[in-house]
Amino acid sequence: MKEKLILIGNGMAGMRTLEELLKLEPDMYDITVFGAEPHPNYNRILLSPVLAGDKTIDDIILNSREWYDENNISLYTDSLVTEIDRVKHLVKTEDGKEFSYDRLLIATGSNPFIIPVPGHELDGVIGFRDIADVDTMIQSAKDYRNAVVIGGGLLGLEAANGLMLQGMNVTVVHLLDTLMERQLDKPAAALLKTSLEEKGLKFLMEAQTAEIVGDQRVRAVRFADGSELEADLVVMAVGIRPNMALAQKAGLHCERGLVVSDTMQTFDPRIYAVGECVQHRGNTYGLVAPLFEQAKVCANHLATLGYGRYEGSVTSTKLKVTGIDLFSAGDFSGGEGTEEIVLQDPKSGIYKRLILRDDKLEGAVLYGDTIDGAWYFQLMREGTDISDIRQQLLFGQAHLGDSGHGGQNSVMAMSDDAQVCDCNGVTKGEIVVAISSKGLFTLDDVKAHTKAAASCGSCTGLVEQLLENTLGGDYTAPESKPVCKCTDFTHDQVRAAIRDQKLTSVQTVFDKMEWRSSDGCHVCRPAINYYLISSWPEEAIDDPQSRFINERAHGNIQKDGTFSVIPRIWGGKTTPDELRAIADAAEKFDAGEVHITGGQRINLLGIEKEQLPEMWDFLSERGLVSGHAYGKALRTVKTCVGSTWCRFGTQDSTQMGIDLEKLSWGSWMPHKFKMAVSGCPRNCAEATIKDFGVVAIESGWELHIGGNGGVKVRATDMLCRVTTTEEVEEYCAAFIQVYREEARYLERTAPWVERVGLSYVKERVLEDEVGRKALARRFQISQQIAQDDPWKARAQGESAHEFTPLKTVGA
Amino acid sequence: MNAVVSESTDWIEVGKIDDIPRLGSRVVKRAEGDIAVFRNSEDEIFALLNRCPHKGGPLSEGIVYGKTVTCPMHNWCIGLNNGEAVAPDEGCAPTYPVKIEGNTVFLSMQPIDGCDK
Repeated sequence: MKEKLILIGNGMAGMRTLEELLKLEPDMYDITVFGAEPHPNYNRILLSPVLAGDKTIDDIILNSREWYDENNISLYTDSLVTEIDRVKHLVKTEDGKEFSYDRLLIATGSNPFIIPVPGHELDGVIGFRDIADVDTMIQSAKDYRNAVVIGGGLLGLEAANGLMLQGMNVTVVHLLDTLMERQLDKPAAALLKTSLEEKGLKFLMEAQTAEIVGDQRVRAVRFADGSELEADLVVMAVGIRPNMALAQKAGLHCERGLVVSDTMQTFDPRIYAVGECVQHRGNTYGLVAPLFEQAKVCANHLATLGYGRYEGSVTSTKLKVTGIDLFSAGDFSGGEGTEEIVLQDPKSGIYKRLILRDDKLEGAVLYGDTIDGAWYFQLMREGTDISDIRQQLLFGQAHLGDSGHGGQNSVMAMSDDAQVCDCNGVTKGEIVVAISSKGLFTLDDVKAHTKAAASCGSCTGLVEQLLENTLGGDYTAPESKPVCKCTDFTHDQVRAAIRDQKLTSVQTVFDKMEWRSSDGCHVCRPAINYYLISSWPEEAIDDPQSRFINERAHGNIQKDGTFSVIPRIWGGKTTPDELRAIADAAEKFDAGEVHITGGQRINLLGIEKEQLPEMWDFLSERGLVSGHAYGKALRTVKTCVGSTWCRFGTQDSTQMGIDLEKLSWGSWMPHKFKMAVSGCPRNCAEATIKDFGVVAIESGWELHIGGNGGVKVRATDMLCRVTTTEEVEEYCAAFIQVYREEARYLERTAPWVERVGLSYVKERVLEDEVGRKALARRFQISQQIAQDDPWKARAQGESAHEFTPLKTVGA
Repeated sequence: MNAVVSESTDWIEVGKIDDIPRLGSRVVKRAEGDIAVFRNSEDEIFALLNRCPHKGGPLSEGIVYGKTVTCPMHNWCIGLNNGEAVAPDEGCAPTYPVKIEGNTVFLSMQPIDGCDK
């Protein structure tokens, strides 16, 4: 007999909880849902676009009735629950039916606050909360002329804008002298008011509503000063109040909302609550992102996993009014201990204000140019130390040496048919349609459904902007992403467990960390395998089946299933004998193409997998080893000819390159890792776009870190200058090791350095001499195991099954 | 594995279970297109045409978990028991009947119906 779970409230928070629960435990409960509205679950945050005529009701349905059927959920719409009997574990509905529960979830949301002035019950006085309100507004726009919206906050302005687009003459009445005072400071609010006035909205500021005038239907609004404003429709949008009447009646502890713990339980442990009706650590939330975080935690406990904790949310806001770019996040009230960075350009309609506390971003208000809203929000949530980037902070992420995405940084300026994802050919229009029609809320959803941002990822920022602009403030990038769907743990948590508990195999990680799927998946297994071998190089079991095919077969798989072979050419310096061996191999094994790579190597393409061991044997006999061009590993060290030949050369850059490559070849990394050594500051080897770059100077060597070409070009940061080859090697080894130990899997040095900050890397590698030497030593220990030519081993028969068919039939 | 196979099926012995790495795959070469033979962590054996329905990538080179393989080309996830792409992707790789006797794996070269393309 399954336990019975009842959900009261068929809205976004409650239904999201059920969806999360079904992902974890699809068959644990008999589920019944009660909704007061006649509709299945719809996307309440898209009511504004419905009112504005940009979307229809059908567009915003999230879970169709079929969905409830498919998941064996009994849905009662138009069905108001009037009583909870906590002793008998029953809920009672308006029509007198009783239903028993083992666990109960309350997600009754909120009610619009209707100011209790005389006349507030007249016809034509409504809130802005549900589909019925939107229907009333659209109908009123057909029959009447004048609308008054009371409340100049987010909701009020969206309602006013929608009514205006429906053809009404709209006046916004606000009690204070600035609009959206909870989200905006005065300068930004003034810019907003001007723009909205240009669109045709009227404003009556500092006006206190005293009475709604009319007989049957509203005729006017009267203010405290005795003045009147003609009105056929009055929308009260002065705020929402948690809908906790039912919970109060049941004797559950309520304050401003229904009080819940970090596990989303009310004071009755059988009864959970999520969404706008709850009060958590003194806060109530009205945006969807925090509600979804609550949903996830609640589902975790309903599934009896028991480790989820909700610890509150930082929220951001974006106004969904076409043509108005406005963003605010965090605490921007300022005050003691805070600093501000402000840009004010009223003529261009641009205002940016960043609030800092202790070198961290605490709040942001952006108007007119909100491109960097998502980035600021991320810095805020992650608590990034911004002291290194302070001077560029106000100018946005594009000014961090990051070339952006084809120069295109503002997604809203793009037309619907403009391509956002250049890898998979996905347009802006397709993404926007998918977000609203399929009810997508996260980057991963968009990736799965549209393939946008699913390949190289360079358009991720654009897709996030689209999510943010389509969903408004209800989209937030998740605070700390779990490794994959198999777990709620983050990369950092998994690595810490591997290190602290000395876990040495993929399976023990799954067991200890209670992985949801017995074998993990293609996302988590390679990551875990990397964390294992980098944490415990001598003890960990390197699982070939958890490696991507390229690393398992030691070649790069090509689109036709053949492989490419790139022998190591130390420091890019070769000999006629080596070239002859490579040429002979290309002929003997019928390479489809011979290509010179960007890293000064020679690529033999089109090699059949079965031929690889024989080809490696051939190359190995002639002194050539694997170039690891296929791995998340040290790739190449590119050099110029340096002082041996070049009239400008100041040091022997070629020998330095060879030495660094001998030091570091074979090491597995979080991502590919490239180096270069230039013989003089003219920098012909392009060392300043490498993960670790060395530039020779007259007095020694200049060391650079954290650069890359590729998707997002980033020039290196200068680490320091040293004089001897031994120092270059020690700093190089230490930098590689701290990157290997601390960057997340598939995070290149460039984003890693930006995430942790250059100061941190300097602290570890430059300032702490003892620490540096210890890092270098750990790298050497790891290298003693890693520096074993995989080609030679396979030429001698290792992993033979990988390269031979199970059977050939019909031959 | 579960499909009904007629008595007259021609079974071809392709090897032993232990010839295939757990959570891995080996290939049966044929002129008509290679068949990828998978072994999961439960030691179940599955056989699929070695072509991803997306762009023809070799599924045998993918990472195997549960009853799924992820194509190494563009990360499509394909169900091992039915060849169907995991939603929201759409597509299907033909599957082949598998028979196990003791430790020996037999395949039929006639694909199981159900992948209408």
